[in-house]
Amino acid sequence: MTQQLKMDEVQPRLLDETGQGVLTTPLDRPEGPLKVTGTAPYAAEPSLPGMAIGVLVGATITRGRAHVDAGSLRDMPGVLGVYTAGMARNPAQGTANAAPVQPEGFVQYHGQPVAVVVAETFEQARDAAIAIRVTYDPEPGAEVDPETASHVDGDPETFGSFDKAFSEAPVRIDATYTTKGHSSAAMEPHAALAAWKDGRLMLRASLQMLKYNRNEIADAVGVDPDKVRVLAPYVGGGFGSKLGIAQEAIAAALAARELGRPVRVVMTRQQVFEMTLRRTETRQRMRLATDRDGHIVALGHEDRVSNLPDEVFSEPVTMATHFLYAGANRRYHHEIARINRPGAGSVRAPGEAVGMLALECAMDELAEAAGLDPIELRLRNIPDEHPETGQTYSARSLAACLKRGAERFGWSARRAPGERREGEWFIGMGVATAARTNSLGESQSRVTLNPDGTALVETDMTDIGTGTYAILGQIAAEMLGLPRDKVTVALGDTDFPPAAGSGGSWGASSSGSSVFLGAKAVRNALAEKLGCPPDELRLQDGIATGGNKRSAIADLLDAPISEVGHIKPGETAETHSSASYGAHFCEVAVNAVTGEVRVRRALGVMAAGRILNEKTAASQVHGGIIWGIGAALTEALEHEPRDGRVVNRDLAEYHVPVNLDVPDVEVEFIEERDDHANPIQSKGIGELGISGAGAAVTNAIYNACGVRVRDYPALPDRIFPHLP
Amino acid sequence: MKPFDYIRAETPADAMRADARIIAGGTNLLDLMKLQVETPSTLVDVTRLGMTEIERAENSTRIGALVTNSDLAADPTIRQRYPMLSRALLAGASGQLRNKATTGGNLLQRTRCPYFTDISQPCNKREPGSGCRAQGGYTRLHAILGASEHCIATHPSDMAVAMRALDARVEIESNDGATRILTFDEFYNLPGDTPEKETNLAPGELIVAVHLPDPPAGRQTYRKVRDRSSYAFALVSMAAAVAVEQGRIASAAMAFGGVAHRPWRSPDAEAALVGREPSAELFDEAADILLADARGQGGNDFKIPLTRRVVKAVLTELTGA
Ligand SMILES: Cc1cc2nc3c(=O)[nH]c(=O)nc-3n(C[C@H](O)[C@H](O)[C@H](O)COP(=O)(O)OP(=O)(O)OC[C@H]3O[C@@H](n4cnc5c(N)ncnc54)[C@H](O)[C@@H]3O)c2cc1C
Repeated sequence: MTQQLKMDEVQPRLLDETGQGVLTTPLDRPEGPLKVTGTAPYAAEPSLPGMAIGVLVGATITRGRAHVDAGSLRDMPGVLGVYTAGMARNPAQGTANAAPVQPEGFVQYHGQPVAVVVAETFEQARDAAIAIRVTYDPEPGAEVDPETASHVDGDPETFGSFDKAFSEAPVRIDATYTTKGHSSAAMEPHAALAAWKDGRLMLRASLQMLKYNRNEIADAVGVDPDKVRVLAPYVGGGFGSKLGIAQEAIAAALAARELGRPVRVVMTRQQVFEMTLRRTETRQRMRLATDRDGHIVALGHEDRVSNLPDEVFSEPVTMATHFLYAGANRRYHHEIARINRPGAGSVRAPGEAVGMLALECAMDELAEAAGLDPIELRLRNIPDEHPETGQTYSARSLAACLKRGAERFGWSARRAPGERREGEWFIGMGVATAARTNSLGESQSRVTLNPDGTALVETDMTDIGTGTYAILGQIAAEMLGLPRDKVTVALGDTDFPPAAGSGGSWGASSSGSSVFLGAKAVRNALAEKLGCPPDELRLQDGIATGGNKRSAIADLLDAPISEVGHIKPGETAETHSSASYGAHFCEVAVNAVTGEVRVRRALGVMAAGRILNEKTAASQVHGGIIWGIGAALTEALEHEPRDGRVVNRDLAEYHVPVNLDVPDVEVEFIEERDDHANPIQSKGIGELGISGAGAAVTNAIYNACGVRVRDYPALPDRIFPHLP
Repeated sequence: MKPFDYIRAETPADAMRADARIIAGGTNLLDLMKLQVETPSTLVDVTRLGMTEIERAENSTRIGALVTNSDLAADPTIRQRYPMLSRALLAGASGQLRNKATTGGNLLQRTRCPYFTDISQPCNKREPGSGCRAQGGYTRLHAILGASEHCIATHPSDMAVAMRALDARVEIESNDGATRILTFDEFYNLPGDTPEKETNLAPGELIVAVHLPDPPAGRQTYRKVRDRSSYAFALVSMAAAVAVEQGRIASAAMAFGGVAHRPWRSPDAEAALVGREPSAELFDEAADILLADARGQGGNDFKIPLTRRVVKAVLTELTGA
């Protein structure tokens, strides 16, 4: 049986009535011990009998045709084959549901895979992949600089009369910000193991959205999706880079079919940087103006991003700008430069992660221009309704987060720029809003209650390190009145009911809602067996009570009860603007000699509807804030100025923050239920922590030393030349 | 990685083979072999040869070539007598790497120039005569002093910068039984028109130790400016020892990392300090001399003013001016 719900109206808060008490509590992840002992098998680890190993070959020109000379490997030991047909240019974009571009030898960026070399051993394949002779017919027209690109797409969009309002306003700022590209840089490189049997493909891979990935790989290799099974039980970080099927999986599947043997392909660390989708660099012009009372009257956010020719995705830089602050007159102009750098795609919080680096820094500049405290400016501009669509807001605790954060952080001790100094260090504080759009994706899962008092949750949802195993088990246990350890959660297999997948911060709420619905159907069946109306049923510690009856749950069952929960987005997504909100606070020290920055304290006060597990939720915010520190201070993909290739293509040179860059990060949640979001009243949290976090850092830098960094990241040489 | 033979040296003589490449901690060599920047056909593993002692002799301290960076940094003699060296080591790499990395290997680690480490690019150091693609490219990590039209790479070591300031010397043995002891300026070359010839170590020679003379008078420090707090190579680093007597600088030694093809020292800048009263103006004067021939490549122009700031801050700290 399937319990289906289309989210057309507010649902009762059933999870506030249940009594098991396992939801929200900060329980450990059930799979944690496997991961920390190295026994959770990641995609590169399982072997199959007869397995061969493939290594991808990257192009060494920026644009043109590649000719791969397989014969050049004739004398290389162990080489089994060289495959070029069907190689993907770049990974599929998130939710593409179809194969990515397979350009058959036409190169559009330096590093694009043009072949996979398969050999008996990894060492043989890797050596042969370097030895192989590839000749090129370079084509003119390679462009690698987004600023000078000849092909730029995009149109302006205006609400009200921006130019007039901006030019007549008494308080204005006009500032341009830039951000460098970022790499998801997940710890686990992209990896896949493909095996064919009787025309059916088994793909073990590292992926975020299996329902879509199955269709993508099926399309890429030209088989029906029912002939494909995709498995991804453990994923060592995705951050967007594993949303869509990537080159290594397509290469493994094609080579395995040709060779008639299972094939594993793992990207090298360098290839992860060169071939997977990057977060675009951006240039953003912010024009903000207020009236004399600090109310925004004009808001302009114009941006330029880049991508390969004909990729449909473009970084939605102004995502949060649309709904965050009031102002009747608004202007946007989103430009997409078509260039020959590696493809651009979603990286953790596409839109907000970079857009809010500019918006929230501009708000700090505007506050100063208006003579207002930056928190006060934000509070004055929280709109009553969506300034562009007129939608009502669903639960929105922004003001509460800002106020609570200010109190806990000691914001009132903040001084004017340059006034606090400890030895060689300038000290300052910064604030920024956190906001990340919330959504619900269609999702299904099967919940089975067994006569022995255990339960099983099955869905093709993934756990990319976020805590899905933990929270889906908690929701089922809470609904079924079972201790958490009586529930087993099985994920990452397309033989299970299809879920929304991990991405866009919608995973927990979407798959969680489906588990809720499945469990609710099981409850209804139990109520019937107990002989009480469903709304009188109480389940706790394996005991069912209701309508003056009481029974051990196990005694009610002679066979398992299995129900599929199925959630679909509905009307509430149209009528309401839904987002998670929060406030970032940060204290930095800036070295007066070198301009080096150290973050001394960071606090995030967040509200994201019902918190499903306080520990995994806080981990997401921690991680997000650390990413924000990276975006603010250290992370930058550097492209060769002449050929566009990524020059810092390993973790020594692409600087994610290290322990010493990260202070104790404090996280606090504000109690909230979002009734319009979904039937469990939760919202996305995986990307909230990064959204705005970096701007709190640069705002703190300004407050410390009076240097306004508008070009991210704030490396020493962006600061010291402006110091006394 | 190209297939290679592996030999474990049981005696120093086993290691002194012109046809083999020495592997110590492997933290640099293996990475480069995976990229086929290095393609030795034979590796000789020296890690069973001892050479792990730190011995204090009259007027000097002798550090075995296989002393790990962790052990060297933690050694009480080094910490007390050569604190700049201890600091320099701890400012490099990560705990795990320092546990593997050796003194000899650290001296011989290769540049991090991204054109050197990408075999699809021309590089005079990797393939003499193929050209230097770094010039006109991404140059944040590159040299401002002593570079040539053939190569603008920097030496990435922190340890070697402190050793350079301490007047360390490298003890080398060769298979004819001879021992040579070279100063750092004799050991390391500037790129000139042979950037592939980074040192004067001949094939088949083994570094057996580094000698530190007695520590210089006065206070010492090591300061490293980098793009993140830890686990990043130096943009600019400075090792210095300065003694002040009766209000005047009695002696000064300064070495710089991140700015040149080898740890950089400017005798003229040091000489300008000696006998003078420490002051901001004097430090500027020393920086003027140090940086007189400095030239940026675009992406690293900032290193010139940054070096000046570091010189002034370090000298201020050490002299108490
Ligand atoms: C991610 C990363 C970050 C790093 N960050 C820093 C940093 O911030 N600062 C820093 O200074 N260093 C840094 N390093 C470099 C590190 O210090 C060196 O890799 C290490 O010191 C090399 O020592 P090893 O024993 O592993 O050398 P190996 O890799 O074994 O050898 C390096 C070279 O030395 C030769 N060799 C070794 N021993 C001898 C000998 N006794 N005689 C003759 N030849 C010999 C080898 O043939 C080889 O050419 C970093 C390295 C990595 C991987």
